[in-house]
Amino acid sequence: MNRRHILALAVGSAVLAAGCTGTGGTSKGADAKAPDDPAKVTGTIKVLTVRTDLVQDGTMDKYAAEFNKIYPKVKVKFEALTNYEAEVKIRMNTENYGDVLMIPGVIKKSDYPKFFASLGTVAERSKKYRFTDYTAVDGKVYGQTADGVMPGFVYNKRVWQEAGVTDWPTTPDEFVTALKAIKSKTDATPYYTNFAAGWTLTSWTFVNGTVHCDPQATTKIAEGNPWAEGSDLRVGDTLLYDIVHEGLVEKDPTTSNWEASKGQLAKGQIATQWLGTWAIIQFQDAAKKAGVNPDDIGFMPFPAQTDGKFCATVGPDYNQGINVHSEHKEAARAWLDWFTDKSGYADDNLAISPLKDAPMPTVLKPYEEQGVKLIELDDSKGAEVKAIDTESEVGINTPDYRQELVDLARGAKKGTLDDYLKSLGQKWTETQKNMGS
Amino acid sequence: MTDTTARVSVTKEPARDTPVPAPAPRRARVWRRLTPWIFLIAPLALLITFTYAPIVNMIAYSFTDWDGVSPELHYTGLENYTELFTRSELFEVFFVSGYYLVASAIQIVAALYFATVLSFNVRFRNFFKGVLFFPYLINGVAIGFVFLYFFQDGGTLDSVLALFGYHSDHAWLGTPFSANSSLAAVSIWRYLGLNFVLFLGAIQSIPGELYEASELDGANRWHQFRHIIAPGIKPVLTLTVILSVSGSLSAFEIPYIMTGGATGTETFVIQTVKLAFQFNKTGLASAAALVLLLIILLVTWLQRRLVPDDKVDLV
Repeated sequence: MNRRHILALAVGSAVLAAGCTGTGGTSKGADAKAPDDPAKVTGTIKVLTVRTDLVQDGTMDKYAAEFNKIYPKVKVKFEALTNYEAEVKIRMNTENYGDVLMIPGVIKKSDYPKFFASLGTVAERSKKYRFTDYTAVDGKVYGQTADGVMPGFVYNKRVWQEAGVTDWPTTPDEFVTALKAIKSKTDATPYYTNFAAGWTLTSWTFVNGTVHCDPQATTKIAEGNPWAEGSDLRVGDTLLYDIVHEGLVEKDPTTSNWEASKGQLAKGQIATQWLGTWAIIQFQDAAKKAGVNPDDIGFMPFPAQTDGKFCATVGPDYNQGINVHSEHKEAARAWLDWFTDKSGYADDNLAISPLKDAPMPTVLKPYEEQGVKLIELDDSKGAEVKAIDTESEVGINTPDYRQELVDLARGAKKGTLDDYLKSLGQKWTETQKNMGS
Repeated sequence: MTDTTARVSVTKEPARDTPVPAPAPRRARVWRRLTPWIFLIAPLALLITFTYAPIVNMIAYSFTDWDGVSPELHYTGLENYTELFTRSELFEVFFVSGYYLVASAIQIVAALYFATVLSFNVRFRNFFKGVLFFPYLINGVAIGFVFLYFFQDGGTLDSVLALFGYHSDHAWLGTPFSANSSLAAVSIWRYLGLNFVLFLGAIQSIPGELYEASELDGANRWHQFRHIIAPGIKPVLTLTVILSVSGSLSAFEIPYIMTGGATGTETFVIQTVKLAFQFNKTGLASAAALVLLLIILLVTWLQRRLVPDDKVDLV
């Protein structure tokens, strides 16, 4: 029984009106300083990760071996968790949640200093790294991503060409027309919802910011109705609705299969999926396995233009943090820095490097040619958005909301898109008011 | 002064009335009293750690606004319960339990039928028993995944139907009705074995002479079932009905794994899990879990009142 349990009992018997357990109050607000001399850093550190594939095939051990060339006395162990969010959440009730870990979405930003050691100030880190404000609390940074991601449509170039669409659609209507052409001229499923996996639909939330090329899009959601006329999420959700409503998706979304969809897209049985840059390498691998050309895998931005230019948002993938209770914070910091700066992890995954001066990955060459404008969203109100989202149970980051949208569009649920988005907006703004008061 | 004297007289009384046997040596007495507890240490420790302590914790959390991970939690009194009962949409999901209730009725009838048939001499009797019980041995998660392929567009079910010349164009998990029926059917398949075994055990405990005697009297199989088997297994039948009703109210793993609660298949437990782990409202979810527990206890109690546990008296 740890201290929280005893406390919970106390709370249950209504002894305590308000409580704060502060697991390990002594180490709260600790810093993880970068070591000066690589030869002197010692210790065994445990790294928690979601990349089960990389731990199993030994890739992570290869990274560790490279790391040991500079830091010979640090031993790095990996633990890959399949159900990362749920498992780490429970482990974070104790002090043993590894030395370096990916910061789970459930942790409130304001609690970061209680769980993670600081990596330095925003001022100093933002000179070198992107996305620092995503983990910043009171001017200090608590996490660092190893790769940046960008939402977009993964598509099969060959199928799109066969359908006679060579240019990227510039409006949602053009996009739907293009999918219709694919349906009539090829055998491919124009768009695959990946309804069953759920999280795949969640990525439609990342449309936010791309439609109007607005770095303040997150702030707007925090302060207003995300589904107001013409707003980013409304445009995105309407497009998804139209695609499903026009029957441009797989026959039975409820039994869609994410793993199988990779090979099907590579082979041209599926034309398009809304995902992110992180998916490209997985689809290319699927193409190699299926014996088809990996170069057929293309990537395109959301069909909307501002001042005649496409726009795409770049954001961090999971941020890595250092356990505030870690006994080897220097070693942990050494690993985190090395992994971010020197491991080449982002390159290996065709992802965007978190380093400001690094070049864009080659898969994004068409983006450069088309002059797609890349923006970083201001995340200073990210915590508020998360709070409103969970409190109102709207769930912009959970599958349910878009699954319902798809059900509406294909007639499995009664109602109209307008009413649905209106009710979401109402829940959202009411919660906003309640929380503001 | 008076009450001390009174007390003294009271303590003396038993000594006066009953002859006290020579007291066993103190040590022996202590041991005799301790022995059952020593045997009980292991099961009690397990029971307390894994059943009662979590429940006590859960009850405690249900009065807080804890999000499941933050070191900060505040006592909020009955707020979670008020929220639960003022948001009627949280109880709408119980309609889904209706599908599982209907399924349990079908399941009990089927299990009863198979148990009766297989308790008589049938060829390949043990083989069929195995076939019927086998699904219950498989992990629920595995069953969920297997049936995802089964219901897939062009999956097992569609292929089998095609063999019989029926080319269905039906999305089995596509509409709320179809999805819930399919999921409930999977539940029947999965839990039929348990009911079957319970019934079979009860039927086999009925003395064989009864059948022989009834046959001499000219009873057929239906008569035997109606007048010997059915009354003979009544306690097990009531138990099964109670288990089925509480199971229908708390249906979880099969819908959670197969659809995740999408397309109108969300049950109360799925909703609770989502409150706790998607929206991080551990306090509210604890309250919901407690309410479900109370509902199930209430339903069970009602059933016991309506169908009292009679003594079986066949002979």
